[in-house]
Amino acid sequence: MQYTEIMVRYGELSTKGKNRRNFIDRLGFNVRQAMHDFPKLVVKAHRDRMHIQLNGEDSTKVMARLKQVFGIQNFSPSIRVERDIEAVKEVITQMVAEKFHEGMTFKINTRRSDHHFKYDTNELNDMLGGHILKTVPGIKVKMKEPDMILRVEVRANGIYLSHETIDGAGGLPVGTAGKAMLMLSGGIDSPVAGYLAMKRGVDIEMVHFFSPPYTSEQALNKAKELTAKLTPYVGKIQFIAVPFTEIQETIKEKVPSGYLMTIQRRFMLRLSEMIAKKRNGLAIFNGEALGQVASQTLESMAAINDVTTMPVLRPVVSMDKNEIIKIAQDIDTFDLSIQPFEDCCTIFAPPAPKTKPKIDKARYYEERLDIDGLLARAMEGIQVTDIKIGDEFMNEKQADFAELL
Amino acid sequence: MIYFDNSATTKVHPDVLSTYDKVSESIWGNPSSLHKMGENAYNLLEQSRTQIANLLGCQKEEIFFTSGGTEGDNWAIKGTAIEKGIYGKHLITTMVEHPAVINSMKQLEKLGFEVTYLPVDKHGQISVADLKNALRKDTILVSVMAVNNEIGAIQPIKEIAEVLKDHPKVHFHVDAVQAVGKGLTDLIMDERVDLVTFSGHKFHAPRGVGFLYKKAGRKLAPLLSGGGQEQNLRSSTENLPAIAAMAKALRLLLENETNNVAHEQAIREKIYDHLQKFEKVTIFSELGDKFAPHILCFAIEGVRGETIVHAFEDQGVFISTTSACSSKKGQVSSTLHAMQIDDKIATSAVRVSLDENNTLAEATEFNRIFDDIYQKFLKINS
Repeated sequence: MQYTEIMVRYGELSTKGKNRRNFIDRLGFNVRQAMHDFPKLVVKAHRDRMHIQLNGEDSTKVMARLKQVFGIQNFSPSIRVERDIEAVKEVITQMVAEKFHEGMTFKINTRRSDHHFKYDTNELNDMLGGHILKTVPGIKVKMKEPDMILRVEVRANGIYLSHETIDGAGGLPVGTAGKAMLMLSGGIDSPVAGYLAMKRGVDIEMVHFFSPPYTSEQALNKAKELTAKLTPYVGKIQFIAVPFTEIQETIKEKVPSGYLMTIQRRFMLRLSEMIAKKRNGLAIFNGEALGQVASQTLESMAAINDVTTMPVLRPVVSMDKNEIIKIAQDIDTFDLSIQPFEDCCTIFAPPAPKTKPKIDKARYYEERLDIDGLLARAMEGIQVTDIKIGDEFMNEKQADFAELL
Repeated sequence: MIYFDNSATTKVHPDVLSTYDKVSESIWGNPSSLHKMGENAYNLLEQSRTQIANLLGCQKEEIFFTSGGTEGDNWAIKGTAIEKGIYGKHLITTMVEHPAVINSMKQLEKLGFEVTYLPVDKHGQISVADLKNALRKDTILVSVMAVNNEIGAIQPIKEIAEVLKDHPKVHFHVDAVQAVGKGLTDLIMDERVDLVTFSGHKFHAPRGVGFLYKKAGRKLAPLLSGGGQEQNLRSSTENLPAIAAMAKALRLLLENETNNVAHEQAIREKIYDHLQKFEKVTIFSELGDKFAPHILCFAIEGVRGETIVHAFEDQGVFISTTSACSSKKGQVSSTLHAMQIDDKIATSAVRVSLDENNTLAEATEFNRIFDDIYQKFLKINS
């Protein structure tokens, strides 16, 4: 069946009172971003529903993308026909016949938003139901839980037919809850934290620390590729790479090994806060989960969190590793996350980090460092990349091999 | 010279060979190495995988490189047995499979597995009803070839897939070694199919390389344990020159698939139409869509297959007795045997197998030579 339109039903939006318009506009924007490479698509975000006119674009591909956009409860691919009852009859028979199996049941569900049409809802139900019973032998009508519900919607510009309702991703449109920074390592947890933040409407930007030559180009590309995996939910994401080599080398030189990790993390948090402030972010998200590793005890979190008053939000804090992995697999970041490239959290990992670091000791050791200078130089070296759906970083050299393959 | 033995092996395509050479010369790093050379090799490896996945319409994570058809069949069968042996010990296959399948099954029988070998009808096809009856609670694998290597019969993969939809836990393996580029991709990549064996040298790639499609989520134990390549399921340093060459060969082959198939069909039909005029000739491969476009198996009553092969060879035409693997052992074709063809005729069977580079002129020449040979044998036998 060649679908002509997709009708989108909003999720929690409907309860959001005065902000409703904002939410709908934002969702419309996000859907357009997510579909940037389908030029013929027209997205119309109305008060109660969104209509996406396909104009010949591949409905399967569009729907696959749509499934990932937050703020959508469900959607139905539909076919527009002229306001001519014979045309409607022809198309619904085809729709039913395509899915028909022995013993199938159906009902017709008509809705008229245009009341000028010459038949009313009941008449339409009767006529169309009768037509299907005649043209699809063996099918039965059933009012409660039929196998197929055929939706017929009469609008001013045509009659819309659909029979499928596909669940959307739920959540809130990304951006409606403001902007925040996500501290993205290359591991399993932080992309999941980012996904969960986006699901509640947060517009996230990635902050990634890299330490050449201790970390490789591949590690940086891996973080970018992880970012690309999260773009379908929003369309595009800013990726902010922060050079961290000097800070790590300095800390390694001047701080006792038990506090290396704590103080590194304090610097990362300071930098994340500075970036957030510069870019109008309201909070910092990270992938910390309690008790996973040394830096993730409450004592350690307290010692690290000491450097900022900005909210540091940890969506996966109370999840078990298995629960996190399950989400990582669902959002397709897991296989990438477990690729073995050194990231800046692992290279200077001390043999025995303090699991219960003390705040005053951390502050005391930092007195030996030129904190402001180190931060300023790191901020100067920041590189921002715009990452869009479909961008690839792990296989950059595509062109080089064109001749070979 | 006329080469009509493409089911035994195909000639490496010159562009494919050039890829092989260039990769051997310049991208010889180990894809697992961390440095740039390794990274470069890794990228080429993964791009080869992506290209193959795209050509077949699957995910790149579902493609596993192997050493060829024999390994693919062994892996699909024994890997399933190892992985799922605790759930059941029963496997189903057909009587007309390639020895890589049959002998893997025989080996498993010695280890306590039970195997049902489904019979075939006079067209070389199994019956789906037989398969239904053979399925048991403890069945873990159904392995059926897509195209028979001896007579070219296409098995009812779609119908089998339909039956197996009601048995979601059973692995469904398809040996597609003879089916690549023959207009059958939709058939072999049916959504119910879990494992598919492919071999590079049957489609103009070098020897020693192939791949297995394994549907995402299906579990298969590795046969080669080691350094963890291929998602830890098939260890061994990747044969990158051959893999890249194979990715290219598949692209070249499938680019023109529709035309190729029509072309091979036309050649086959021309020979078929000629052969069927002769009284002492029996043709086992029928025209129509139940047989692959490139294989034509026939017998001349009273003349041994080997003799026919050599008679053609003397005229510069290369064909084979029914399969390259059994031809040197002088055994009667297992497929014809399973079709209950009288041994007297089965021992006379030979196979013509085409590729897209053969021509109608070659068919005309073949037919002419056939006439001579036929007349000669007629004299001797009378």
